[in-house]
Amino acid sequence: MSFVQNFPFFSIIIAMFSGIISSVLDAKKARNLSLAAIMVTTGMSAAVLVFCLRTGESYTYMMGHFPAPWGNEIRAGVLEGLTAFFFGVVMLLSVVGGLDHTAKDVEKTKQNLFFIMIDLMLSSLLALIYTNDLFTAYVFVEINTIAGCGLIMIRQIGRSLLAAIRYMIMSQLGSGLFLIGLSLLYDVTGHLLMSPAKEAVAGIEAAGIYALPMLVIVAVISVGLAIKSGLYPFHSWIPDTYGYATPTASAILSGLVSKGYIFLLIKIFYRVLGRENVVASQIVNVLFMFGLAGMMLGSVHAIMQKDTRRMIAYSSVAQIGYIYMGIGLGTTAGMVAAVFHIFTHSATKALLFISAVGLYEVSDDKKDFRSLRGAGYRNPLAGIGFSVGSLSMVGFPMLAGFISKLLFATSALQSPHKMLPTVIALAISTILNAVYFLRLVITLYSIPEKGLEKPLDNGSKEKPPIHSSWKLRLAVLSFILLNLFLGLYSQPIVGAIENGLAMFA
Amino acid sequence: MGAPLFVNMEETISIILFGIGFTMLLLHRNLIKKIMGMNIMDTAVYLFLAVKGYINGRMVPIVVDGIQDVSAYINPVPSGLVLTGIVVSVSTTALMLALTIRLYERYGSLDLDEILIRMKEEERP
Repeated sequence: MSFVQNFPFFSIIIAMFSGIISSVLDAKKARNLSLAAIMVTTGMSAAVLVFCLRTGESYTYMMGHFPAPWGNEIRAGVLEGLTAFFFGVVMLLSVVGGLDHTAKDVEKTKQNLFFIMIDLMLSSLLALIYTNDLFTAYVFVEINTIAGCGLIMIRQIGRSLLAAIRYMIMSQLGSGLFLIGLSLLYDVTGHLLMSPAKEAVAGIEAAGIYALPMLVIVAVISVGLAIKSGLYPFHSWIPDTYGYATPTASAILSGLVSKGYIFLLIKIFYRVLGRENVVASQIVNVLFMFGLAGMMLGSVHAIMQKDTRRMIAYSSVAQIGYIYMGIGLGTTAGMVAAVFHIFTHSATKALLFISAVGLYEVSDDKKDFRSLRGAGYRNPLAGIGFSVGSLSMVGFPMLAGFISKLLFATSALQSPHKMLPTVIALAISTILNAVYFLRLVITLYSIPEKGLEKPLDNGSKEKPPIHSSWKLRLAVLSFILLNLFLGLYSQPIVGAIENGLAMFA
Repeated sequence: MGAPLFVNMEETISIILFGIGFTMLLLHRNLIKKIMGMNIMDTAVYLFLAVKGYINGRMVPIVVDGIQDVSAYINPVPSGLVLTGIVVSVSTTALMLALTIRLYERYGSLDLDEILIRMKEEERP
């Protein structure tokens, strides 16, 4: 056994223990420890990815040396390594980009708690990606929820407290459904490990028994995880949550947390329930319809927002809809497109949240359209970052969003019954995206009205012009490069996703 | 139709309880009642697991009088799951209650809609 094979386990443990140690450290040490933990785990994930690409197969890692049907297992393959690596990069950049705002938004004595939450979030995301055991997945889903709630409520204003409790309520509904789904599945199959459970499910399908319980299990698990990731009719918590948290928390919550659940859902579809069974049960069609509804209505809601941060949050609802539409197509190509869009959206949405912060800095921390006029001139790099993010969401060629839209459209061609609705919804949603994103980009680059110009001018004469810190600029620049990388160099990534999904089966 | 429901009475009850808890958590406006609903929902799942793990006429899986035969004991895994689940639900309940206290101190109400109204009034310049 190669030493690299230990890395998934190491990375989960490192992230978790750095959280535990941070509780006795002061803010600065906790911050450094947290950044170091993210870097080390990201490096380890990269090593796992390279290892799996080189050997060309996935492996399972026994925890506690109890053999397969009893013990707990970790499983790593190309897709797990790629996702863990990508999530690590996005997380690192979000934390770095928002550091100054974290220091401002969070009470001095509580800053180490913020980094504990970041560490716990990282470890639970890694565990969700790597685990091969359903109940472990449930436990880490809950840890993820608690860490997410902590990240929201750490900015102690009334709005974020309310957002946190709404987030908890919706998450608990989702976890409850997921838990009862797992319990039912355990009763039917007698296994909690994914691989033996899949064999048992195949046996049940072959014998033609338990048809109704299996349908209920598929439905309950899908809906549970869909609520937690914010699919359209269950999206009510998203705008408040993403809109009023501190920027790092917004970027991480919208970019990574909801994606972790979707990744888990895809893993359960492939590794436990069997993709064919899920497609045959018609549940994917329900996800498909909700996905389509989310794509359009999420964008319509986004158009109606006055607060730009809530607008970006509502755009997340639309993008989650895209991902579920890809899953709902029920084909391998659709699944590849969905996974690619997970990457696209986490890179782009984190870029939007972080660069928007740079724009608010130069606009007296106001978030409405009027105050943001001309902000693109006042903070050029943040303006460029926001424009790149917007164009990527709209689907401009060379950027990540274009590739995912292309993948969605081409995968739709392979499923005849769903082709027309998919393509039409893609077209409408793209136009709606363009309406609200480009409106903001145009606002950013239009000269402020005469009446407004005065106070801002005076302000800048009295105090020196505000420059964003190098951290924020570094993060924005890296996110732009990440977007360009995904857009220009997509073929190897798509290949790796296909490879990884093939390993899932 | 009705017969299987009576044979598996415990499972039926636990699913009904789950539904009650779920609906309370979703629809009730009072935060404390929402938290109660969440606990009912979680407990219903534990009841379900415990019932499913019990096999009639068998013992707790602790070896005391030297019987090593597997068929003498019940399945210990669901009990383990219940214990883990209880730990999780205790921590989420604690977090929710802490949040509720914060909201009550700030807005003086436990009603979610009322809190929203007061918050909007507060924000109005």
